[in-house]
Amino acid sequence: MPTTRSKTPSLKTAQLPQVQEPRNTGMALDLDLIAGLQANTSAIERRAATLPGRRSVKKDYQAAWMLRALTMIDLTTLSGDDTAGRVRRLCAKAANPVRADLLAAMKMPSVTVGAVCVYHDMIETAVNALDGTGIPVAAVSTGFPAGLSPFKLRLAEIRESVSAGAREIDIVISRRHALTGNWTALYDEMCAFREACGDAHVKAILATGELGTLRNVARASWVCMMAGADFIKTSTGKEPVNATLPVSLVMTRAIRGYHELTGHRVGYKPAGGISKAKDAVTYLTLIKDELGDRWLRPDLFRFGASSLLGDIERQLEHHVTGHYSAGYRHAIG
Amino acid sequence: MIEDIFETMEYGPAPEDASQARAWIKSHDGKFGQFIGGAWTKPNKVFATKNPATGRALAKVSQATKRDVNAAVAAARGAQTKWAQDAKRRAKVLYALARMIQKQSRLFATLETLDNGKPIRESRDIDIPLVARHFYYHAGMAQLMDDELDDREPLGVAGQIIPWNFPLLMLAWKIAPALAMGNTVVLKPAEYTSLTALLFADLSRQAGVPPGVLNIVTGDGSVGQMLTEHSDIDKIAFTGSTEVGRLIRRSTAGSGKALTLELGGKSPYIVFDDADIDSAIEGLVDAIWFNQGQVCCAGSRLLLHEGIAADFTRRLKARMDKLRVGDPLDKCIDVGAMVDPSQVKLINGLVASSGGEVYHAACELPSKGCFYPPTLITGLSSSDALMQEEIFGPVLVSTTFRTPGEAVELANNTRYGLAATVWTENVNLALDMAPKLAAGVVWVNATNLFDAAAGFGGVRETGFGREGGWEGLRAYTKPRRLAKALEPVVPNDPGKGTVSENVDRTAKFYVGGKQSRPDSGYSQAVWSPRGKLLGHVGIANRKDVRNAVEAMNSAKGWGKTTGHLRAQILYYLAENLSARANEFATRIDSMTGRRGGAAEVEASIDRLFTWAAWADKYDGRVKGVPIRGVALAMHEPVGKIAAFAPDSAFLGPVTLAGAAMAMGNRITLVASEAYPLALTDFYQVLETSDVPGGVVNILTGRHTELAKPVAGHMDVDAVWSFSSADVSKTIELEAASNLKRTWVNNGLAHDWSKADAPGFLAAATEVKTIWVPYGE
Repeated sequence: MPTTRSKTPSLKTAQLPQVQEPRNTGMALDLDLIAGLQANTSAIERRAATLPGRRSVKKDYQAAWMLRALTMIDLTTLSGDDTAGRVRRLCAKAANPVRADLLAAMKMPSVTVGAVCVYHDMIETAVNALDGTGIPVAAVSTGFPAGLSPFKLRLAEIRESVSAGAREIDIVISRRHALTGNWTALYDEMCAFREACGDAHVKAILATGELGTLRNVARASWVCMMAGADFIKTSTGKEPVNATLPVSLVMTRAIRGYHELTGHRVGYKPAGGISKAKDAVTYLTLIKDELGDRWLRPDLFRFGASSLLGDIERQLEHHVTGHYSAGYRHAIG
Repeated sequence: MIEDIFETMEYGPAPEDASQARAWIKSHDGKFGQFIGGAWTKPNKVFATKNPATGRALAKVSQATKRDVNAAVAAARGAQTKWAQDAKRRAKVLYALARMIQKQSRLFATLETLDNGKPIRESRDIDIPLVARHFYYHAGMAQLMDDELDDREPLGVAGQIIPWNFPLLMLAWKIAPALAMGNTVVLKPAEYTSLTALLFADLSRQAGVPPGVLNIVTGDGSVGQMLTEHSDIDKIAFTGSTEVGRLIRRSTAGSGKALTLELGGKSPYIVFDDADIDSAIEGLVDAIWFNQGQVCCAGSRLLLHEGIAADFTRRLKARMDKLRVGDPLDKCIDVGAMVDPSQVKLINGLVASSGGEVYHAACELPSKGCFYPPTLITGLSSSDALMQEEIFGPVLVSTTFRTPGEAVELANNTRYGLAATVWTENVNLALDMAPKLAAGVVWVNATNLFDAAAGFGGVRETGFGREGGWEGLRAYTKPRRLAKALEPVVPNDPGKGTVSENVDRTAKFYVGGKQSRPDSGYSQAVWSPRGKLLGHVGIANRKDVRNAVEAMNSAKGWGKTTGHLRAQILYYLAENLSARANEFATRIDSMTGRRGGAAEVEASIDRLFTWAAWADKYDGRVKGVPIRGVALAMHEPVGKIAAFAPDSAFLGPVTLAGAAMAMGNRITLVASEAYPLALTDFYQVLETSDVPGGVVNILTGRHTELAKPVAGHMDVDAVWSFSSADVSKTIELEAASNLKRTWVNNGLAHDWSKADAPGFLAAATEVKTIWVPYGE
């Protein structure tokens, strides 16, 4: 992969293969392209509904896929009652997500999750807790989850988080721009967020559960990518509907289209509602079939999830022992 | 190992366990006889049925003999009367069959995949659930028959011949409605794929199907031929190739057997530039790579809006490369095995002959077994053979169009008419296109949607008849009435030269709104029973038939008129007839020598009122299909109908013309040989009643001479005959030319005193099912 095209210096860690992938530079807003985007809901739902029946991974393959899913989790805590202790416990789990005996039985080297995702005030704690693990800290930002704080403060929040050590910033878009079709405003906002992030990667949260239509999801995805988003992400986890397969199909198709047009690979992060290993594997089959294997890496795909890890651990133990497992047999995060 | 997969992220094998299916085969010692009268015959003259994915034999199946077929038909005949007696009991049996399918769903699915080669995903998630649904639906139809279909009765014994592409599903489509309506059946599965039919028969006894109600005979096409030619069968239902369908049409001609045919297709898949392109491409996966493209309604002809064609094709190829071809029992496979090596050979030959640019998907194929890669052929035009011929494999051909009008023209440029798919986000365009496409089924922004409630079947050389829905029941019932033999009326003998002193009046043909002379230059005299010369009528020949059909062609706007307009014209026709009632009454009496003319004219005026009444009331239905969307069953005119009139001097032909007109058809009537003159007088009424030229055309002449050119004309969509001449067989035989619909009397009388609206309106229309999923 050519690294010379990258405008910004890349982060050099084993966990983050962004070293291989030039960042999305964005492009001029193409309103004609945006206006021409279509998303036929019933057809998309049919495709999504049949996907789990079309793809199946079994035995060692299943274990490998679950492990791969695990390494792409943004292990997340976004609660009002988060404390330093709570966040340190989560970071410890992020660095050692699977019991060593299980890894040994599968002849796997140690693995970690993709990132730890917290609110701004917890960044420093997390960065310290993860020191030496190579696991980046992601921070939700820009008045998360509603994104309705003053624009200046939203930009300032990004900058503060970056200087506090967050290497990934999950911003929320102004849903009203999408709902009113003001794509220029959304583009400008996203460009400003991207610029404020500097070297930190920016994930654009579309809050798809509040966009009303899949067509809006497609258009918002494209606008954010044109404005330079490194990732597009479904939800904050706080909307009534979070990640779904139909929404994922629309967003991954947008990513594919953008890659075909510009050569830039943008990442995808479904967030909220994915709590079962089986569902996670289905998401990966969707990514593999719609985008390709390159996207099955933590630099281009993340699950925003908190309870998914626990289910994967239990399924891995089942794979190793042949017996169904129990939650208390695995360390909590 | 796990670490390697963790890096490569490959799918790996995910095989379905087929041991239960193999155990069932083994429980029969791997050999099967015929299933007749609820019991197995001893295996005899066995042949191997193979797993196409491996080429290995699965079991041995018997080639039925004439004696077997006779025994099966006799068993079916013997069981039919009792089976027809209790509809509620039939409902319970069909319900038990539905439950049986669900209880053994995985056994049926794996056996189907072993025998046919289709991916287990399809047999498990599509075929078998649709089979169960079909039995549930028709359990309900049996339950409702006494109340809702009290004017219909079963046909008797049905001989059913099904293809190898959806072995159990086609069995369900045939058996469920037949049994529900009180028929008994002898079914022949395709020789490649008999096993699920045999499993079904085996288990049907546990569901309470009485002996003889369901019989299965296995073997090659010669067994099918024995069925179609069997004299004690009342109905033949066939799904398969157009070539064999044509043979069956010929061999059953004149036998009085009811016939429905569901044959080939070359269904268009139309994508407009405002479509959701990714979804339209995914739709193609379900259209042409579903069941290896071995689907009669496969969207096999891709018609692309020219402006998006290059981009669409590029993205389509990328999608094709992602398809997984391989072991059909693998749960992670998209495309399985072709049914037999002979099919692969056939397709290789067809593709090699193509002048277009051939693209094979860059997916891996198993090194052994019967596989063919998903294939796209671009750059073809309509004149290429592959744009016209059914390939019946995973091969998509494509071309481009400029406008919606051109899309319709290209879509309809085919001998077939099974299904069509339209992708556009514009509801105006979609709903404008759907009625214009020559097809029995139209899918909007979707493809290959099926349900028991929605009629399936085609027009043109795809055959006739519908499967599913209320309309599908017509294929297994007949009107509950006693049919008497028709007593022919012989034209009156020439008299002794009693000639009228009035000015000579010559009855001409009425073609395209104009009176015309016979091409032959010959006429014949019409005499009264007392030997009085009433006038002359022309003797039509094949060129007059040709001219009449051309006239019908030029009046195609009639099919697009509103029911309200057609009603007004029919009322006006009645009004103008009423004004000349005396004249017509006198004419009728002069020909028949009786005094019923006045009453017949009155009845004819009443009949026109009836058809005027129906013109805007023969509504379609909205089907309760299990999707978020609607399936519209729309009544469309059949098109161009040619009808041989009965020897009912006036009421008969007026009934035919009125029914055809009311539903938007154009019709050419061949007048009664004995009583032609009231009908030829009628053209003066037509001329003054705003009936557009070409909508109704009138010929006179000899029915036995005209039957052949009329029924053989490839641009006629249906032929009706109530003639007293013995032409039923000729008509059914000649109709095989383009597989037009026929409705012939087989020498039986029709009661013209009744309108028989259900019969005439159904004969004058095709049901088109338009699927419109929705949701934003």
